[in-house]
Amino acid sequence: MGFQLLKLNETINFMKLRVPAMIFSTLLIIGSIVSLGVNQLNWGLDFTGGTLIEVGYEQSADLESIRAQMLDAGYTDAVVQNFGSSQDVLIRLAPREGVKAVDIGDQVMVTLRADGTKVDMRRIEFVGPNVGDELTEQGGLAMLVALICILIYVAMRFEYRFALGSVAALAHDVILTLGLFSVLQLEFDLTVLAAVLAVIGYSLNDTIVVSDRIRENFRKIRKAEPIEIINISLTQTLNRTIITSLTTILVLIALFYKGGALIHGFATALLFGVFIGTYSSVYIASAVGLALGISRDDLIPTEIEKEGEDLDPL
Amino acid sequence: MLNKTPFWKYILVIFVVGITALYAMPNIYGEDHAIQISASNNATVSEELKTSIERSLKDKGIEIKGIELENERILVRLLDSDTQLVARELIDSTLDNDDYVVAMNLAPDTPDWLEAFGANPMKLGLDLRGGVHFLMEVDMNSATTKAYEDVVGDFKLQLREERIFYRTVVQNADSVDVIFRDADMLEKAQFYLRNQFGNLSITERDDLTLRATFLEARLAEIRDAAVKQNVTIIRSRINQLGVAEPLVQKQGQERIVVQLPGIQDTAKAKEILNATATLEFRMLDEKSDVRDALRGRAPAGSEVIYHKNGQPYLLKKQVMLTGSHIIDANSGVDQYGVPNVSIDLDAKGGAKWSKATKENIKKPMATVFIEYKTTGERDVNDKLVFEKKEEIISVATIQGQLGSSFQITGLDSPTEARELSLLLRAGALIAPIQIVEERTVGPSLGKENIELGMTAIIWGLAAVLVFMLIYYRAFGVIANIALVLNLVMIIGIMSMIPGATLTLPGMAGIVLTVGMAVDANVLIFERIREELRDGRSPQQSIHFGYDSAFSTILDANITTFIAGLILFAVGTGPIKGFSITLMIGIATSMFTAIIVTRVLVNSIWGGRRVTKLAI
Repeated sequence: MGFQLLKLNETINFMKLRVPAMIFSTLLIIGSIVSLGVNQLNWGLDFTGGTLIEVGYEQSADLESIRAQMLDAGYTDAVVQNFGSSQDVLIRLAPREGVKAVDIGDQVMVTLRADGTKVDMRRIEFVGPNVGDELTEQGGLAMLVALICILIYVAMRFEYRFALGSVAALAHDVILTLGLFSVLQLEFDLTVLAAVLAVIGYSLNDTIVVSDRIRENFRKIRKAEPIEIINISLTQTLNRTIITSLTTILVLIALFYKGGALIHGFATALLFGVFIGTYSSVYIASAVGLALGISRDDLIPTEIEKEGEDLDPL
Repeated sequence: MLNKTPFWKYILVIFVVGITALYAMPNIYGEDHAIQISASNNATVSEELKTSIERSLKDKGIEIKGIELENERILVRLLDSDTQLVARELIDSTLDNDDYVVAMNLAPDTPDWLEAFGANPMKLGLDLRGGVHFLMEVDMNSATTKAYEDVVGDFKLQLREERIFYRTVVQNADSVDVIFRDADMLEKAQFYLRNQFGNLSITERDDLTLRATFLEARLAEIRDAAVKQNVTIIRSRINQLGVAEPLVQKQGQERIVVQLPGIQDTAKAKEILNATATLEFRMLDEKSDVRDALRGRAPAGSEVIYHKNGQPYLLKKQVMLTGSHIIDANSGVDQYGVPNVSIDLDAKGGAKWSKATKENIKKPMATVFIEYKTTGERDVNDKLVFEKKEEIISVATIQGQLGSSFQITGLDSPTEARELSLLLRAGALIAPIQIVEERTVGPSLGKENIELGMTAIIWGLAAVLVFMLIYYRAFGVIANIALVLNLVMIIGIMSMIPGATLTLPGMAGIVLTVGMAVDANVLIFERIREELRDGRSPQQSIHFGYDSAFSTILDANITTFIAGLILFAVGTGPIKGFSITLMIGIATSMFTAIIVTRVLVNSIWGGRRVTKLAI
């Protein structure tokens, strides 16, 4: 056999740390919720509505003079900042009343080009206020529906205690990821929302693998306490957990550094989510299951004795 | 024991991988900068036109890569984007703008033998190829208000005819009230109106009032008609813009998505989309001579307007009826096979029309189509200059007093009738539209996004390949083959699904899939290692490793798939793009990581005695 990350001859007593882990997580969750309440999220254009203009200059852009140009043209609320590189500038404008909001993007381009500077229009986004509200609603709904569907599926395939455990882990991951974005005031746009849902997918993947092993071991090992079974299962799957997290983190780092500024938020949310998801599948999902009292009797109804037997082995 | 693969599994793997690889291939060949010429009005594209364009390009020294005539359009392939611009201007100036649409396009350079299989490259989203995305909202309030206006007119007219006397008819925001003087008339009216207007709900209220509101079904019809009509109008307007592959589609109940790939001048696009077309019915001035008018001696109340066939007519300036009263227009043929267009007017228009036609029986009348088109120039405020374009689309003689429903005859062909009905409908814009969302991506950013996405995929893939090779050695090679095949399959399937477009978040989804797809192999390989540690033989370890990992992999992937499905269902634009690649990636990674690697493992180690596994 080749080398291994961890040579595990003895079972690691993961659950010994479950109380400190629970306290740690609870504190983080409280912190996130407080920050979400106080700082809120830095909602992106997709949700707030308004206009966003990305322009490219041939040399490094002089933000001060652009701000002055915008002020002269009457855009008092314009937020001007660099995006990605010093040549790229992002200008944000809050939503305005009236139909003419649509034309703002083009008018700003005219303003910036007025003194003869060569300005490349890279991107104009305009989102009407109603559209933004709808997206916020849809996004929240998507998250809820996803959690409920997953709860039902896991409850059907495993047992309701596992389902509650894994959904608790997912909620934990979502709240902490949102908390991170709130504390750091990173922009929360549609792609970040997609990333958060992907975090749900990833963390779940992890949790299922662990739960599957716990179920298997409950059947295999007759004489053991639930807490021992969980420790054994976590130890057995630890190598896989680490390797998969590692490959995922590798591609996310590639995405973060090579994918461009538009993808930064997406990559950040996922990178954080993968860390937290790995941790939560070990500590939250299993510990919640344990606290709810999973026992062998719940997992050994005869009909599902051999899960997957009806499926052709591949 | 030995691990053998049944023959059908080899066939399956070869078949699935072969097909997806075939359909992924067109993506290698890239795209040509091209000019697309298609006919817009009565004109047709022909071989002669093709040769003449080819000749004029050659005369100017513009080198072309190819020129072809297919699907009623001519495609000129050019070497780069600079010659594309020059060629477009040249072709545009030689052709009549009204007859042909000349658009810049990117044409896939797929070889003929691949095209024969129907294989085409992936469609790129606007964030990757540049262009404009508009979400337009139809103003439903004005659609229903207009419908209620008609109800008011109809009520007044019909109650009067039935000698049912009322005090007044009032229009509210979303209902119509009829107020009576006595209960007797109210009773009568209620009975009559309920019989006559099946799609209205009529209820009696206090103080001698009847209130009529549209039934939900009718309201839905009104909304639907308003959206459909706007879609038709937008489509016809976009033809002026010269966009190669525009998309105009209804979204939800009251919105329309407009996507214009490759458009550079968004201001122009917006102004054209917001421009309005109207229609007027006017009488011909028969007392004066057109030739005098052409010499500048037109009578005070008349003016010269040209027919679309080029013939001048002298029309009275007074407008008998405007197109806003038209509810519907349809083309057809009468029992003698003569083409006609039947028109329905609203109540107000019908009354006006009836009076106007009564006074003008046996006199010729012209239908004038008015459109506001940009001239391409800008005024001092940098606003586009609009030109009012008036054109007679038909001249007909009024045969008798006409009501709210009548026909126009004297048309040359069914095609002409169809075009006229389309124009008539376009003139009757029921509900105005408003842009509620705009996403414009400049061409430079689009190009950059593709490059960034590709770099991220390559780096991510390379990192995972190296890691797997070092960590699992021979089995790592197999996992890597599976991973690369997985990528090919994603691209192949994305190219096969007609509605799937690749976006930047979609590329991020592919990167993520690369990272997560190896999970299935990690699960299997770790199992095999465990089995080996437990002292099983290599063959047994392979067998049990694959078997026991299977249900875990299935569960883990199905739950992620659920998350993807929900994203797809509720998400829009960028989120949809991400969820599509995520879901396709999950499906293909299951296939490659479980079936393909098993076939490979079995054919390398399965058929012989193995004492040691390089895992």
